[in-house]
Amino acid sequence: MTNTLRLLRFVKPYWRLALAAPLLMLLEVAMDLVQPTLLQRIIDDALPTLDLGIIFSNGGLMLAAASVGVIGGLGCTIFAMRASLRTGGDLRQTLFRKVHSLSFANLDDLDTGQLVTRLTSDVTAIEQIIQMGLRIMVRAPLLLVGSLIMSIITAPSLAWIFFAFMPLLLVLVWWVVVRARPMFRRVQKALDGVNETIQESLSGIRVVKAFVRRFHENKRFARVNDNLMQTSVKAFRMFAIVFPAMMLVVNGGVVVALYLGGGRVMRGDIQIGQLMAFINYLMMALREVLFFGMLVSSLSRAEASAERIVEVLDTQSTILDRPDALPQFEPQGRVAFENVTFSYEGSDSEPVLDGISFTAEPGSTVALLGATGSGKTTLVNLIPRFYDVTAGRVTVDGVDVRDVRQTALRRAMGISLQEPILFSGTIRDNIRYGRPDATDEEVVAAAKAAQAHDFVMSFPDGYDSEIGQRGVNLSGGQKQRLAIARALITNPAILILDDSTSSVDVDTEARIQEALDEIMAERTSFVIAQRVSTVLNADKILVLDGGRLAAEGTHHELLATSPIYREIYDSQLGNGVNANGNNQTS
Amino acid sequence: MATTRPVSTTRRPVRQGGPGHGPGGGFAHIERPNNARGALRRLWSFLAESKRDLLVVVLLVLVATGAAVILPIIQGRAIDDYILKGDLPGLGRIALLYMGVLAVQASANFGQHWLMPAISQRTIRLIRKRLFEHLQLLSLRYFDSKPHGELMSRLTNDVETISMMLNQSATQLISSMLTIIGVCFTMFAVNWRMALVTLVSVPMMAIVTRYIAKHTRRGYREQQATLGIMNGIIEETITGERVIKAYAREEASMAEFDVSNQAYVKAAIFAQTLSGVVGPLSGLINHLAYAIVALVGAVMAINGLATVGTIAIFINYSRELGRPLMMIANLLNTIQSSLAGAERIFEVLDEVPELGEHDDAVSLGDIAGDVVFDDVSFSYVEGVPVLKSVALHAEPGQTIALVGPTGAGKTTIVNLLTRFYDVDEGSIRLDGVDLRQIDRDSLRRAIALVLQDNFLFAQSVMENIRYGRLDATDEEVIAAARLANADHFIRRLPNGYQTELSERGSNLSQGQRQLLAIARAMLANPQILILDEATSSVDTRTEIHIQEALLRLMEGRTAFVIAHRLSTIRSADQVLVIDDGEIIERGTHMSLLAQRGFYYNLYMSQFKGHVDPVMIPAE
Repeated sequence: MTNTLRLLRFVKPYWRLALAAPLLMLLEVAMDLVQPTLLQRIIDDALPTLDLGIIFSNGGLMLAAASVGVIGGLGCTIFAMRASLRTGGDLRQTLFRKVHSLSFANLDDLDTGQLVTRLTSDVTAIEQIIQMGLRIMVRAPLLLVGSLIMSIITAPSLAWIFFAFMPLLLVLVWWVVVRARPMFRRVQKALDGVNETIQESLSGIRVVKAFVRRFHENKRFARVNDNLMQTSVKAFRMFAIVFPAMMLVVNGGVVVALYLGGGRVMRGDIQIGQLMAFINYLMMALREVLFFGMLVSSLSRAEASAERIVEVLDTQSTILDRPDALPQFEPQGRVAFENVTFSYEGSDSEPVLDGISFTAEPGSTVALLGATGSGKTTLVNLIPRFYDVTAGRVTVDGVDVRDVRQTALRRAMGISLQEPILFSGTIRDNIRYGRPDATDEEVVAAAKAAQAHDFVMSFPDGYDSEIGQRGVNLSGGQKQRLAIARALITNPAILILDDSTSSVDVDTEARIQEALDEIMAERTSFVIAQRVSTVLNADKILVLDGGRLAAEGTHHELLATSPIYREIYDSQLGNGVNANGNNQTS
Repeated sequence: MATTRPVSTTRRPVRQGGPGHGPGGGFAHIERPNNARGALRRLWSFLAESKRDLLVVVLLVLVATGAAVILPIIQGRAIDDYILKGDLPGLGRIALLYMGVLAVQASANFGQHWLMPAISQRTIRLIRKRLFEHLQLLSLRYFDSKPHGELMSRLTNDVETISMMLNQSATQLISSMLTIIGVCFTMFAVNWRMALVTLVSVPMMAIVTRYIAKHTRRGYREQQATLGIMNGIIEETITGERVIKAYAREEASMAEFDVSNQAYVKAAIFAQTLSGVVGPLSGLINHLAYAIVALVGAVMAINGLATVGTIAIFINYSRELGRPLMMIANLLNTIQSSLAGAERIFEVLDEVPELGEHDDAVSLGDIAGDVVFDDVSFSYVEGVPVLKSVALHAEPGQTIALVGPTGAGKTTIVNLLTRFYDVDEGSIRLDGVDLRQIDRDSLRRAIALVLQDNFLFAQSVMENIRYGRLDATDEEVIAAARLANADHFIRRLPNGYQTELSERGSNLSQGQRQLLAIARAMLANPQILILDEATSSVDTRTEIHIQEALLRLMEGRTAFVIAHRLSTIRSADQVLVIDDGEIIERGTHMSLLAQRGFYYNLYMSQFKGHVDPVMIPAE
């Protein structure tokens, strides 16, 4: 329950609503409690004396009580809904902001699919529990205590029946609470398993089809599907025992009251109206306990949601702005790595980057080459401070990147990530994403430089063409070119292209390269590429090998000094003999 | 209990741009089935498997409801016939009878709650299974045209809605209706005058409920629409979070979210308040009936038209009336929205499976790998041809390099060869047999692909490679990984071959993912090999080793390579230059250079004079 309680602080701004709801509920409960007593008066006082006056006055009171009660109930609902939904809205907002404050390392740890669930259905679950809390969870204890008092007043000699049956019910409720939580957590887990399998099979449908793994997938799915069924049946069957048992206890109390109370009526200890009122109070109270039991089981489900939400709220961003960080930053673009070492948190394996030092002068182009996993992407990710160095430091214009606010630092950079993610909206919106105030002309210019203009114009709506979520209707190369345009339009001091042309054909890439040479003349650019042709013109080529800087220099210098570079060059552009020694004239 | 609310709050339509390039826009969810009866009938066909259990459940509900209706009468009798007449032994007997009925009720309730989860979960399992298996049969054309999120939503949320309905709503609806019928019937049987008086408030409430329900439906529709937009933003933001950070666009993103969040809160307050009002109103029915019973009952008792026991009976019934009435109103909403979900599910099930097959489709045995494209034309969207009269002939064991600008149609050739799509005109023949005559599964088993998008599963590295051939031993998997030069990096992973990959293999670099895909293809050991830009993001040094391995693999196999690498192109038996859906040049690397045409220009632009002139053959 602790996590749910912690989330209650989000109700605070709406405390007036949250207070008004139970108060109005109090009104409803009071009116509920009055009814059996009025009934008793009619039966015991009016029937024997045949006094119509008593009947009408008490009957009138009952109608009035019903009307007042409904006002209380309606008011409570209105306020409870407002309080809970506004609280949910605030909670979502806080979570959303939290996600934005997280670092890349945090995001690596949190599964994106789950993160979406936490912001959507988990928050909804909390909203609902607050609603219930403000309405029914207030109602049940109030009614319970109220009817207990009323029954003692009505028929003190029978009141012990209450205390005899209540513990029985409470034991049952407790049993549900204890068992429900782990059970429904297992159901949730099984459901996650099913959803993950579906998700994966959908995303990988090409692979499934290409390898004809339909039956394999079906079998895999059958496993998780069956598991979900069995877990759910088991969980829901728990209620098969509990609910009838609760009903039995409630009605059992009524029988006992009827028999023992009936005896007392016969002896003249109490009147029949008193007995009827007592039975009414008994049923009212015990029934509330029953509802309460059902509710408590949903409380334990909400706790699971609360736990997931709190986990996000408690995640400390691994990258924070220093309080004295520079709010503004307009660098020339001199980037220096000073003995930088980096390893991903939690991994005890060797560092991804190890003692890297180099300087990139403003206006220069730095190319990074190296094997898979040699640390190229990691290296450029340190410049916009997506990750923090483990040792050493990265400076821009001599300022440690940790001394600049992240937003200011990143505004000085144009970055095209390895995977070109686009947003829904038009192509124009996507290019302009880099700089929202860019004019249409600037959008076109950026697209032209990125060699995207021609294919954009081939769409019926040109720059106003909508692209689906993650750009489903664009080819990989087209997405990459839009991502480059998006980076170029920011007019950054530092441009970072992380393998941004891998899906673009050589011809187009060459033209992009040409355009970039012109645009990037004034800025510092970092280019990760696989093709030597892409990096031939670079002012500085960094060859990475196993996280270390293996060689550094221009194309001509490296050809002469670096065997690794020579090998790469030969394999791609080499004179006739490829790595396997096969002759070209096969 | 009165807490059954329309569960639709967890449905989340995903904001999607429409497919294609036209104006997309979100799609609105209308939570009303177009053909409720049709959807019900089909749902029934899934339930039919549990017909016998279902019958038992209905009987049990009948028994339980009957008991609930009888209990107040026994109570009334106890008051009139025994308590007021001072017959204590009689009271004892009737108390025992009361107990007996209680026991019957409890057993019936137990049986019903025991059976129903099994029925509903079995049904849901069946629906999920059918859906999943059906999806596996659908063509890529279908997946390309349907936004991923929407399909996902159908398979999860819509199925979940039905599950909720079967679990709770179905039995509650039956028991609510039976209760009302039973109570009304008994009331009239016991004392028709008082029955009429008790029911006086019902028509009034029915009108109010109807009115509320109408507005509630509208409110919920609005709520779902705003929720859909908001969830779309959340989903997109989280997927694109890295880009947002890279461009420092957090502020703008928050502003966009806040607007949608506020819109949702507003719509939700309206809808949920309206539906929440139903609870207190049902309380009002109870209390009104209660008061009227007391008032009128007492007057009638004075006139000898009713007894105290009768009043007690009606007092009990007055509590039983409001709840089932309101519950039915609520349940109808829930059921309606789950039927709308059911319809969306049936829509998927109604999709025609992948490209029909000839009945006499042949299963491929050992094939030589002779591939012929005979004047093949194809378009994804009618009127926009992607391939125009493409003709090619790959002899067994040859390597065919496909070269050309993005969007020229290279990937389409691959899609046709694997029969992800069928040709519009012309034919493709493998060893002289039209592809459409070949059993699709056996065709694909003969082909291995390394695709642009190297999808990996969230399983161990070992299992991911084994995907190429399920019965491969660990040793064979490792051997394949060695051939693909993936062994080295795999061993450096925290748990080696047993390392679990995260979603889509995102804990590996793009290059590493590609190496695994190559290993997977190697293990499949196919007669035909298709490499679709497979090496584009593997770094050059690793690629040297891959080239080596691939050459080994391609030996004796027909290979189609969408190539960027000079070395690949050079060693190809045929180079096909494709532009705008047509093969415009063909030959070997050297002969094409000598032509000084499109290929020559392509080649020159890549290397921009950095290549020794010697390499280019003289005219």
